[in-house]
Amino acid sequence: MAGVSMKGIKLRIKSMESTKQITKAMEMVASSKLRRAQERVISSRPYFETLYDTLNTIAANSDDFDSPYLARREVKKSCYIVIAGDRGLAGGYNSNVLKLAYGDMQGKNACVLPIGKKALEFFRLHGVQIVTDAYAEAAEIAIGDCFTLSKLLAKDFLSGGFDELFLVYTNFVSVLSQSPASLKLLPLDCGPQKPAQLRDCLTLYEPDSNAVFNAIIPEYLGGLVYGALCESVAAEHGARRTAMDSATKNAEDMISDLSLKYNRARQGAITQEITEIVAGSEE
Amino acid sequence: MTSFHLQIVTPDGCAYDGPAEYVSLRTINGCVGICPHHTDYVTALGMGEARVVTDGETRRAACIGGMLAVTKGDVKVVATTFEWAKDIDLERAKASEQKARQAMADQNISEKDLKLAEARLKRALVRQSVATGK
Repeated sequence: MAGVSMKGIKLRIKSMESTKQITKAMEMVASSKLRRAQERVISSRPYFETLYDTLNTIAANSDDFDSPYLARREVKKSCYIVIAGDRGLAGGYNSNVLKLAYGDMQGKNACVLPIGKKALEFFRLHGVQIVTDAYAEAAEIAIGDCFTLSKLLAKDFLSGGFDELFLVYTNFVSVLSQSPASLKLLPLDCGPQKPAQLRDCLTLYEPDSNAVFNAIIPEYLGGLVYGALCESVAAEHGARRTAMDSATKNAEDMISDLSLKYNRARQGAITQEITEIVAGSEE
Repeated sequence: MTSFHLQIVTPDGCAYDGPAEYVSLRTINGCVGICPHHTDYVTALGMGEARVVTDGETRRAACIGGMLAVTKGDVKVVATTFEWAKDIDLERAKASEQKARQAMADQNISEKDLKLAEARLKRALVRQSVATGK
């Protein structure tokens, strides 16, 4: 019947069903992980917002800084922290963030600090210099690791290892929407240059503005990396959930389509048999 | 008594958000106390005990790393770790102290590991002193 054997269709339905089971299970795992990741994002957001706001206010309002973190120097080398996932099957999550990072790097002398196995694999394949592969497992990074990492980067920046630092990650907008983003971490922007008399110079810094600044910067970097990591992990689970949800739906569609075909083939076979019997008895 | 708005945030969430009458913290330069109507002020935090006075009642906490900012009378503490005395796991702090001391007793410890062990010991001691109230 129609060139497709009943046995072939049955086999395809079976394999489709097991695929559906896998995607369904992955969706459920991602949903439960997403819930936890989402809570983490929500509970940690005030910290990063306050940290970011305070530091930017300090940087924008002071002109008596000669901190090396603020100085603009000729860019010879750029460093990128790229946060992607450890595993695939998450829709466009990995490819979107990696594409953004790779596009940004074009024409620059860049090195990369990848977080997540997929990021490491991608930049190895494209022959980009890798600072360290110690942070390849995005799922296993705790806040302590972020601070160690940021101290390393701050030291490297001060000793001239690189002249700018970018952070490329994925923003968790909502469960259904994630957008990759790139953030410039170092050197800090001093904001619009206001005339000296307009500046709010009444803030007291103890022991002095530079010491405060130099003590806070590694903390600030670590905090932002951790924040970006929280966002990215939540975004990854969100993306995987959506991808697996649509994969399950596709599998269901295909199964119903194939079942219809199977039933038609069965019916066809029965009709043919009857015709043959009838034709035989008439003789 | 006059009070000010105090917000204490950590990466694990918001530790405190509400009115306070006084807060004292250990900064990189020593202890500071903040009263209402303090001038705009920014400093980096060290490791030590924090005291927050609300409604005449003093609450103690272990506060490690981060920064303190006073803007227009509002006080923000952005700490790496901030644990109220009642939430501190004393057993864990003691175990951590032991581990750090063991690591430091090792003769051929690398400089990096030594620094890590020292920092861990300091944190453990701060937590213990806050938890036991000594």
